[in-house]
Amino acid sequence: MFTAFRTAKPSQFLKGATGDWEIIIGLEVHAQVASNAKLFSGASTTFGNAPNHNVSLVDAAMPGMLPVINAECVAQAVRTGLGLEAEINLKSVFDRKNYFYPDLPQGYQISQYKNPIVGEGVIRLDMPDGEVVEVGVERLHLEQDAGKSIHDQSPTHTYVDLNRSGVALMEIVSKPDMRSADEAKAYVSKLRTILRYLGTCDGDMEKGNMRADVNVSVRRPGGELGTRCEIKNVNSIRFVGQAIDYEAHRQIGILEDGGSIDQETRLFDPGRGETRSMRSKEEAHDYRYFPDPDLLPLEFTRAYVDELKAHLPELPDAKKARFIADYGVTPYDAMVLTLERASADFFEAVAKGRDAKLAANWVINELFGRLNKEGHGIDASPVSADQLGGIVDLIVDGTISGKIAKDLFEIVWAEGGDPRVLVETRGLKQVTDTGAIEAAVDAVIAANPDKVEQIKVKPTMAGWFVGQVMKQTGGKANPQAVNEILKAKLGLD
Amino acid sequence: MTDLTALSIAEARDALARKDFTAVELTEAYLAAMAAARPLNAYVLETPERARLMAAASDARRASGEVGALEGIPLGVKDLYCTEGVRTTACSRILDDFTPPYESTVTTNLWADGAVMLGKLNCDEFAMGSSNETSAFGDVINPWRRKRPDGSIDPTPLVPGGSSGGSSAAVAAHLAAGATGTDTGGSIRQPAAFTGTVGIKPTYGRCSRWGIVAFASSLDQAGPFARTVRDAAILLKSFASVDPKDTTSVDLPVPDYESAVGRSIRGKVIGIPKEYRVDGMPEEIEALWRQGIDWLKAAGAEIREISLPHTKYALPAYYIVAPAEASSNLARYDGIRYGLRVTGDDITDTYERTRAAGFGSEVRRRIMIGTYVLSAGYYDAYYVRAQKVRTLIKRDFDIAFAAGVDAVLTPATPSSAFGIGEKSGGDPVEMYLNDIFTVTVNMAGLPGMSVPAGLDAKGLPLGLQLIGRPFDEETLFQVAEVIEQAAGRFTPDKWW
Repeated sequence: MFTAFRTAKPSQFLKGATGDWEIIIGLEVHAQVASNAKLFSGASTTFGNAPNHNVSLVDAAMPGMLPVINAECVAQAVRTGLGLEAEINLKSVFDRKNYFYPDLPQGYQISQYKNPIVGEGVIRLDMPDGEVVEVGVERLHLEQDAGKSIHDQSPTHTYVDLNRSGVALMEIVSKPDMRSADEAKAYVSKLRTILRYLGTCDGDMEKGNMRADVNVSVRRPGGELGTRCEIKNVNSIRFVGQAIDYEAHRQIGILEDGGSIDQETRLFDPGRGETRSMRSKEEAHDYRYFPDPDLLPLEFTRAYVDELKAHLPELPDAKKARFIADYGVTPYDAMVLTLERASADFFEAVAKGRDAKLAANWVINELFGRLNKEGHGIDASPVSADQLGGIVDLIVDGTISGKIAKDLFEIVWAEGGDPRVLVETRGLKQVTDTGAIEAAVDAVIAANPDKVEQIKVKPTMAGWFVGQVMKQTGGKANPQAVNEILKAKLGLD
Repeated sequence: MTDLTALSIAEARDALARKDFTAVELTEAYLAAMAAARPLNAYVLETPERARLMAAASDARRASGEVGALEGIPLGVKDLYCTEGVRTTACSRILDDFTPPYESTVTTNLWADGAVMLGKLNCDEFAMGSSNETSAFGDVINPWRRKRPDGSIDPTPLVPGGSSGGSSAAVAAHLAAGATGTDTGGSIRQPAAFTGTVGIKPTYGRCSRWGIVAFASSLDQAGPFARTVRDAAILLKSFASVDPKDTTSVDLPVPDYESAVGRSIRGKVIGIPKEYRVDGMPEEIEALWRQGIDWLKAAGAEIREISLPHTKYALPAYYIVAPAEASSNLARYDGIRYGLRVTGDDITDTYERTRAAGFGSEVRRRIMIGTYVLSAGYYDAYYVRAQKVRTLIKRDFDIAFAAGVDAVLTPATPSSAFGIGEKSGGDPVEMYLNDIFTVTVNMAGLPGMSVPAGLDAKGLPLGLQLIGRPFDEETLFQVAEVIEQAAGRFTPDKWW
């Protein structure tokens, strides 16, 4: 599987006692397919129902029950494949992965082993330094989730909840193309963004709807690949980073002490920030994969794929490129604006017919900043795109200053309302009446003769005067007009 | 009143229509016969109350002018079929007193057509066996017994064949007008041959497998037992359907099979595969085969020698594919959700104790074989190769059919019924060899039928097998009826 040999940048190397090391990372992400029913049964996938509420006869593996493929899950997998610019396999095969566990009622998981529904694709990562890192996708396949074993409800018994049993998962396997924890985190984040754009997975890692198995190995820069360890079921982007950092240092420590790495499956313990062994290669299951004889090979036509493709939404990379081209925003701003489809839509609604750079500023700095602080998503924003657009309009047409706009934003955030009406009723309108400004300037000059003397030798004092005038006018004076009048009255050029 | 249980389904259907008797009366006759035949051990559960209710409901429907294709016909159901509210065990201890809250699609079809359920029929555990000796409920006794050369009766109990041994015995002994069976490697055709009954395994996909306890999913197929070819045709019409719950069932119209019965076979090409002449085959079987050929020739069929060169690999390949699928299909019997549980020290111990106690030795053997052939390092050498053989077997038939062959005639079994215990003691392969003529049909997914063709020197029934093109069961009924007409029908003398 290790076929990619991109060498990390020296800045990504880990320094060991005996020299530099390079980390090689591959990810297997399990993403729950967004669908109302399970992969092979009609049972509901609603989260939060009472234990064993979402269970059909098929999910409980009653005798004589047979799986029937859910067409919507197939469509979702194809959409995802298209979103990853991947090869779609018109014929794929479901296999049985056999093992015993109480939360696996059939005694096997239906998965796709040799012939997955989606082949090779690519995900582009936008790194903070502006670099774009391409990570290969090896494959995507459909499989059933298992149920949940609950060990902490009784000292003597384990309880089993089959609500999750049979829910459709997409396992998306990357190539070992990542070279740092940051790249791995960016990969999960970007994949999550793409899935959410497509509507094929909600990406909710807290609910376990997206989780990652992280394969980590280390090598001397550009050298022979090392033995990898797989860290199972890491359920947040932050933990992905922590697990990789810990694991890479652990492996380097062993190698530098003259030891060797055992190929094994490990668990990440978020409490202690470390990984620990779960089972070694010798203890690995023999899953006895074979094609599921209850299911015919999954086949569909090119026309079916084309039809799904025609209805795909615009994806983050394309949207980002368009924002840069059409709105003139910076690549970084474009990346931030397109992280979520709803945010991008919000931005476009604000930017349409307005100064796009100003709109981007307000959306990113004021709105996103505030939403992040409050822990809200864009969907829960108390300020609508119309309202924010109204504020931008008021700035552009000179009705309010940027400073007042911030106050106005606070009012709209807290109380709602039409910004233009608020400006009138709250008396926030910018004073452009030169008479009123002149009066204020005169008052400030009269009250501060010492400062008037000082400014003659130190013209940078002008800022202090502007501040005083703004104070006098309650911030409503047009700063441009204040500047000009001040300059004239103080005899500055 | 004459013995109502002696009537064929077609005869009973017509008599019920003439109101000669009621469905309740017919059902009572069968219930009485079942009660008197308990030494045969054909039924593992009799459901007389349900039968009486269903029969009464049938009479009520008839009175209101609503008459289904099987209106009032009493049937037995192999215990592999899940029946709602009625214990279903696959004749295994592991299912204990499992009572499904659902009804298999095939039996749903039968009841929808007006049939009456008499009870659940014995079979080999999980349908794994060729003699009904692996059942947790004990052996079924074949209603047929050997005659000694002097004409006296040898009381040695004989097997009814397997795995559908309860079905074959019940139909032969008039304990049901017809019965359901399942056939994974010959489990309908071999017991039919051993009991002088007609059994058909339809094309894979013709009947839904939903609600039938799985043995080997790619080979299992439901089918009927009956006393006449016509009855089998009537039953199959009700069995067959496309089922959205079984995606391997096929969406093709179900023909009126009964109308094929009695149609001339003039001009039909019957293939005789030379590879079915196996070493050590009794001369009686050879003679029966020749007799069958002569009957068909006399009826105007063209007889053509054909070659199915991969036949000899079918049995070993079958005993890889079937156990492989079974080892996985039977993993769900783990003592966690239903059926037997023997609690151990931890979960692994519980699995081991439960499955050791719940599965009989033949089932355990096949799970072990299946697990082995699917293991890493052996998968390609066994399972993948067996699947390749399967493709070649199917191709052999495709070539013959493409060359104009309409049906293939072979012996159904290499011998007549043997004694209980005669083959179950030592080498399991000796038992497996019983399926030598029948497994190819499952491997190729084709329809196959066993029709009684005569008695051997010991007075035991022998059958001939007809193999057809995919979904051409009509030709099988057509040709089988010619054999039936020539050979006559065979009924055991009642001794129980």
